Amino acid sequence: MSRSVSRRRLMTAGLAGAGGAAGLAVAAKLASRYGLIPPDWGGIYGPGETLTYACQHILTAHHSHAREFNRSEISKVAQVSGDPPRKALYQRLAARGFAEWRLAVDGMVARPASFSLAELKLFPSRTQITEQTCEEGWSFIAEWTGVPLAHIMNLVGVLPQTKYAAFFPFDEAWDSLDMQDAWHPQTLVAYAMNGQDLPAEHGAPVRLKVPRQLGYKSVKYLARITFTDTLKQFGKGLGSSSPEYGYSWYAGI
Amino acid sequence: MRKESESQPALSIAVIQSPHLGMADSVYIPGLAVGSPDFSIAPRHSAVVRVTHWIATLSFIGLLVSGIGILLAHPRFYWGETGGLGTPSIFDLPLPFMLGGPSGWGRYLHFESAWVCVLNGLLYVAAGFASRHFQKDLAPRKREFKWAAMWRAVASHLRFERFGEESALSYNLLQRIAYLGVIFLLFPLMIWTGLAMSPAVTSVFPALVTVLGGHQCARTIHFFGTIALLLFVLVHIAMVWRAGFWRRAGAMITGRLAVGKESL
Repeated sequence: MSRSVSRRRLMTAGLAGAGGAAGLAVAAKLASRYGLIPPDWGGIYGPGETLTYACQHILTAHHSHAREFNRSEISKVAQVSGDPPRKALYQRLAARGFAEWRLAVDGMVARPASFSLAELKLFPSRTQITEQTCEEGWSFIAEWTGVPLAHIMNLVGVLPQTKYAAFFPFDEAWDSLDMQDAWHPQTLVAYAMNGQDLPAEHGAPVRLKVPRQLGYKSVKYLARITFTDTLKQFGKGLGSSSPEYGYSWYAGI
Repeated sequence: MRKESESQPALSIAVIQSPHLGMADSVYIPGLAVGSPDFSIAPRHSAVVRVTHWIATLSFIGLLVSGIGILLAHPRFYWGETGGLGTPSIFDLPLPFMLGGPSGWGRYLHFESAWVCVLNGLLYVAAGFASRHFQKDLAPRKREFKWAAMWRAVASHLRFERFGEESALSYNLLQRIAYLGVIFLLFPLMIWTGLAMSPAVTSVFPALVTVLGGHQCARTIHFFGTIALLLFVLVHIAMVWRAGFWRRAGAMITGRLAVGKESL
């Protein structure tokens, strides 16, 4: 009797294993098709990262808005992370008030373009009071003003096959967003903080604001935005410089 | 039936108190006493309980180590919505600020361990209800809800009394309260306060964080929840140690426990 039991067990286990493997393969295909696999899906932490990204991507699909606050809740002290870029080009642009600075927008777009700071300020703007939450644990609330990235995307005509927007600053901390977060109405190309020009330590002249993710996704010191259908050709192909330093690409946490 | 069982010899305890009839290994026939006449082998933990116990152990270690890694980036706590350097804290841990270090892999490991912990926990809870493990073995019994019984349980722990052999096969009141509290209060609180720190999740469910009083409240409560879990684990290990570590840990691996007849 015990032999037949063990044989039945073996067959059940075998079938369950085969079914599980087939199920996983189908799930991976579907996940890839619906853009649920983050660029840093490989390695030992890949499964957890993929589950987190897939769940939050689906959960936030209907343009849920990050919490917004009242003017009275704006923090008096806004902690700063990192120093402005030391590159000569950035220093020269900063010395002249970024009058010669231009934001290049290229890649998978119908009309590549570049915009000066003055031109950006003439575009329709959005002002939002949101919380910046740092991966280290601290946070502050500030008012941010800028052009919704969606407006710029409409201007340059982002092609339908585009999957990511990649952001390159004057320092090495490049990053990228999926199209869902790129089109999100709270995703800003921000040029002002608390009613003033963006201070140098907070990313002058222009930074990205992505309030549905941790602070490090809000790339500072922007120089170029590139639209693409793959992130493989940038850096180590992990979607941003963050995973190269051990931090996840997706930061909705 | 259970009431009688505690004063019965081990063999009948094995039969009557077997919490997982039908769930244990099919090779093993529950209640059947084998071995030398000095002891009998009693079924103790079901396969689901054993497997989920050790997966939970691994994921807890992962969560704890990575949680400390994340904490080291900013070992300072605040109350309310916001907080950072230059604003008043409610307490500072005497630890160094380690920037650009363990909080990176810490986050990767924390969320991977959290997924393992949550999925494993869901399996455990579903199986626990389906097999009536919670209702039969963990829900405090009515007669224990008397003050005298509660006091006796607390006093016997405080006096460090030797555990009776019946403790090997059943849970006492304090164990029941501790286990149920960890499973149904502390773990949900940790998941809640963890999700309340996610800007993506709170964009969909803002009440998760607003009812706690803000982002920094969620972080601080998450920290105290960790302390509570850590205390539970330390007391749990100490109690298992007192009861005979290898014998009890062995029961959580094999599912069976040798129960001496003489000691009853």
